[in-house]
Amino acid sequence: MNFLSLFVLVPVLTITGILFTRDLKGARLVSAVGMGIQLLLAVFLVLYYLSIRGAGNLHEMVLTADYSWYPSLNIHYFVGVDGIAVAMIALTAIVIFAGVFASWQMEFLSREFFISLILLATGVFGFFISLDLFTMFLFYELAVIPMYLLIGIWGSGPKEASAMKLTLMLMGGSALLLVGILGIYFNSAPNGGAYTFNILQIAKIHMPIAAQRFFFPLTFVGFGVLAALFPLHTWSPSGHASAPTAVSMLHAGVLMKLGAYGCFRVAIYLMPQAATQLAWIFIILTSISVVYGALGAIMQKDLKFINAYSSVSHVGLILFALLMLNKISMDGAILQMISHGLVTALFFALIGMIYGRTHTRDIREMGGLMKVMPFLAVTYMIAGFASLGLPGFSGFVAEMTIFVGAFQHSDLFHRVASVIVVSSIVITAVYILRVVGKILLGPIKNEAHLHLKDATWSEKLSTITLVIAVVGIGILPLWLSDTILNSLHPIMERLTAYLH
Amino acid sequence: MTDFSYTILIPLIPLLVFLVTGLLGMKWKPIVSGVIGTIGLGISFFLSLFAAYQYFFLTASASGYHTIIPINMLWLSFTSTLQIHMGVLLDPIAIMMLVVVTTVSFMVHIYSLGYMKGEKGFQRFYAFLSLFTFAMLGVVLATNIFQIYIFWELVGVSSFLLIGFYYDKPSAVAAAKKAFIVTRFADLGFLIGILLLSYYTGTFDFVKLNQPGTNLFVGLAGVSFLGISGITWTMSLIFMGAAGKSAMFPLHIWLPDAMEGPTPVSALIHAATMVVAGVFLVARLFPIYHFQAPDVLLFIGYVGGFTSLFAAIIAITQNDIKRVLAYSTLSQIGYMMVALGVSGYGGKAGLGFTAAMFHLFTHAMFKGLLFLGAGAIIHSVHSNMMKDMGGLRKYMPITHFTFLAACLAISGIPPFAGFFSKDEILVAAFNSNKLLFYVEYITAGITSFYIFRIYFNIFWGKETKYEHKPHEAPWNMAIPLIIMALGATFGGFIPFHDFVTSNMKPFAEGMDIMVSLPSVAIGLVGIAVAWILYKKENEMPARIAKRMGVLYTTTFNKFYVDEVYLFVTKKIIFNRIAKPIAWFDRNVVDAFMIGIGTVTMKISYKIKNLQSGELQQYAFVFVAGSVLLALLLLYSLGYH
Amino acid sequence: MIQGISIYYFLIVSTLMFFIGIAGFIIRQNLITILLSVELILNSVGINFLVFNRYLYPDQLQGHFFSLFIVGIAAAEASVAIALIINIYRRIHNIEADNVNEMKY
Repeated sequence: MNFLSLFVLVPVLTITGILFTRDLKGARLVSAVGMGIQLLLAVFLVLYYLSIRGAGNLHEMVLTADYSWYPSLNIHYFVGVDGIAVAMIALTAIVIFAGVFASWQMEFLSREFFISLILLATGVFGFFISLDLFTMFLFYELAVIPMYLLIGIWGSGPKEASAMKLTLMLMGGSALLLVGILGIYFNSAPNGGAYTFNILQIAKIHMPIAAQRFFFPLTFVGFGVLAALFPLHTWSPSGHASAPTAVSMLHAGVLMKLGAYGCFRVAIYLMPQAATQLAWIFIILTSISVVYGALGAIMQKDLKFINAYSSVSHVGLILFALLMLNKISMDGAILQMISHGLVTALFFALIGMIYGRTHTRDIREMGGLMKVMPFLAVTYMIAGFASLGLPGFSGFVAEMTIFVGAFQHSDLFHRVASVIVVSSIVITAVYILRVVGKILLGPIKNEAHLHLKDATWSEKLSTITLVIAVVGIGILPLWLSDTILNSLHPIMERLTAYLH
Repeated sequence: MTDFSYTILIPLIPLLVFLVTGLLGMKWKPIVSGVIGTIGLGISFFLSLFAAYQYFFLTASASGYHTIIPINMLWLSFTSTLQIHMGVLLDPIAIMMLVVVTTVSFMVHIYSLGYMKGEKGFQRFYAFLSLFTFAMLGVVLATNIFQIYIFWELVGVSSFLLIGFYYDKPSAVAAAKKAFIVTRFADLGFLIGILLLSYYTGTFDFVKLNQPGTNLFVGLAGVSFLGISGITWTMSLIFMGAAGKSAMFPLHIWLPDAMEGPTPVSALIHAATMVVAGVFLVARLFPIYHFQAPDVLLFIGYVGGFTSLFAAIIAITQNDIKRVLAYSTLSQIGYMMVALGVSGYGGKAGLGFTAAMFHLFTHAMFKGLLFLGAGAIIHSVHSNMMKDMGGLRKYMPITHFTFLAACLAISGIPPFAGFFSKDEILVAAFNSNKLLFYVEYITAGITSFYIFRIYFNIFWGKETKYEHKPHEAPWNMAIPLIIMALGATFGGFIPFHDFVTSNMKPFAEGMDIMVSLPSVAIGLVGIAVAWILYKKENEMPARIAKRMGVLYTTTFNKFYVDEVYLFVTKKIIFNRIAKPIAWFDRNVVDAFMIGIGTVTMKISYKIKNLQSGELQQYAFVFVAGSVLLALLLLYSLGYH
Repeated sequence: MIQGISIYYFLIVSTLMFFIGIAGFIIRQNLITILLSVELILNSVGINFLVFNRYLYPDQLQGHFFSLFIVGIAAAEASVAIALIINIYRRIHNIEADNVNEMKY
């Protein structure tokens, strides 16, 4: 039994366990235990990874296992991780753990809710450990589909329409992606021999440039939809606004990173030549994403809309950094994936908790919450500061790494794009402080809010887990950054061959 | 070599205090947090004094002082050369700033024990004070430009937290927000500057960057954009960050509003330490400015000169004593910038540099004192407005005399501290740039006028009836006042040119009687005018204000700079950009995506009638289709 | 092989039966008649099986068995169909095919 497969097996066992429970109490207990084990596994994985790298293991991927499950098309269950995947797995484990505790009071169809939630997590974990394009795609779809149920059934507001829009747009992306993946597959043996979905093998060959130029945009856009690439981001505000707390957390925190990770691992890694040639198109789009998302957030009134637009902006920054195609910026991109995953999960968790008390997300109807719920308010401010890139939090490390990377290109186009993107830090400060000022500070606006209670223990556990992770990375980023940098060698080797 | 590694404790103790009081403070009695904070800062203060003693008296050699880096840890590494370190760098200006920051902070800590007594959030206040002190010390001790940026941002946020200390007051929240966003905007320039600098020079390190005659800047000088060379751009952008923190025109708008914070905070952050961070930054990078971008340095001088005059004029008309002091702070920082702008490098040519640092030091003393004194007054009359004060000299003798000392110091009357530092600045300007000299000379007169305007209005002037009899400050507020007053009175006798110089080598310096006599004279003129107008309550000030008409209202409204900003942010950015984007997103981008769905639905609605439910129709289509296919097959196989 | 009778005669008969069945299935309205038409189609196929078996592989019996199967299935199918028709009649009191068009969209 391969160790990595545990990351898929544990959620599956958890789901099975939930089937045997009868009510909310049982379901959430089983979920918490299952995801707690998952978190421990992730911590163990991180330590193990660091130890074997320290011991001089220089393989590109470690803990690999290969099992052919559809020989006639050469589809394998091929798993393995490098530092980046390990980091993403740890992120997912933290977010899903916090997500379970954020849904501690999910009364309505609780068993089904937890089953869908953990099914989603299964897909995400599977995605990050896979090294076979088809298996990866399979897990990707497994992560996307439960989203429809989770939003459509347990959501709020115009939930059916939002769920439909989200799922359909993501499916549209999947369609492009499938074409892209098949394109890669059928070009995976330019010199004869069997076609393969194996990422490591494809990464060794040189795909014909004509094929790359055709399939790179398909793959990039396909994954890009999930990473809210402008102008395919519109599922994000309505989807996040309608989704229940834990789902928003998981979606913005982890699922959007699936898209970015896919762009990195599949689109850029496998088709580096096209990436160098076509990056400029997507640099324009992602620069727009970054500024446009931030500006869009300024005038929103719904807390979740604000964070959805903020996610568009921040995930746009990830894609932007990937497209800068140098080592520092890619390091920054991965850091930003982790940082944004944690911060935005924290944000959505807090919004859910505030909404659960005030029953409104309209910032005009709230005020002075610092007085009545100091814990939540302080945590919200921490999340805000982390999001606007304050030193001491993970966001700063990530953004600075990205900016330093982006400034490694001295031509005018890159310079202008970089400056535009950097300027988003001011706009981010504007919309974050606007919200903080409106809902947390100032006098209390609604008398009914005077009697609200502060966070419960499960909510505290959920948020503190995330805060610790955010602050930990913010204060001691070196080990994480070095781990990522070391794992970037293969992709950089491929890219530098085509960069002039 | 003396071991300086203990200096790391100077910033770490406040950090520890912040963590302890921040996390556990709510569980204790409020006073415990205050005492812990004060003791912690006291330790830092004495360590700083000790470090200063060691540095200036034990390490000096014939060739001047040396930059000492006792600690430098790797924090984040991008490439083998481009790395961010966290460490401690000691050189004369860092040591000087250490002393300034810890002194004022320590005084403010003691003072706040009295001033903030009984306030809600007492613990929070002390936690934030410690956070601020930590961040500021981080800026001071930074070994590289990125470390400065990191702590720079932390300083900004602790300033935000402290301005917004009374968070249920909307005006305080707005002021905090404004301060953060304006400085953040400036920091954007700073950041871009850092990024450009690091790209072309490949390092963040001050020691490498500051070497005179280094060739690190060849790449940066070689490029140009819009006809201006890369180095000019970079250093201007970095100065933008400095201008934001130091509230230089036109980024000064946040500072007067920041007076919404508690008065000790204004004394510590918005007078003595944080706002001079910009001056410190320019001084820190002075060799680069001087050798690589002299035009930017001159520009800095002009910005400083304009700001000093501009702010001094506004200060004349303001009625809120804290606002007058805020504009006065702007004006005095302008002086420091001028001094840096006109300075050369090394020896007597570097007088401006020394003068700027000297003025920074004395200004911290007398301006901190002014604010603390103002705090004592506000504490006892419960108002910021001058109209609620008058004749207070009888009630608050200690405050009165210490305040007077500070007023004389800022007016440049010998032997108070401000005389010496201001005189050096004027001499430096006189030697290299006559225009700036005259601007500063006039400003000196205005300064003594506006400061004595508030002095007379508060302590003399009309006899105000008070609801509660004003009381003298309690001992824990009075002691800091007295100590600071000693600094403001005698601080000028420190021979700064022996310690803090542009090239770290002492030089001999004497008075220039041609400059100091007129400067004392104009200071006295300012005081005399204030005496005439405000000593006794009379009609003259109001009549003069009326006579000035538009000029007065424009000044009173701070030249409408705030309104311009408001117009740009509210009208242009919010309404002309953000709102249309929100609309565009909903009605164009999203509508297009929904449109795809709608069109699909419409088409499928049209073609759904193919499935009529009539079995026989299906059968007919089926049979007809198979016959057609069969015929086609036959045809294609050649049976025709 | 049946002496003197060409295979074409059989095929003509079965083809006629098949198309009569198709025509009946498409044109007639009465569900019973439609069922009868289906029987005609099935039987024409049965005849074909027998004839081809007889003419092409006289010493084998698969064709015969297939037609027996067809008879069996036809019987089962008829019983299901009639049961459906009876239920339809109970619901709508007639057995016109045009009235049974609920199954759509």
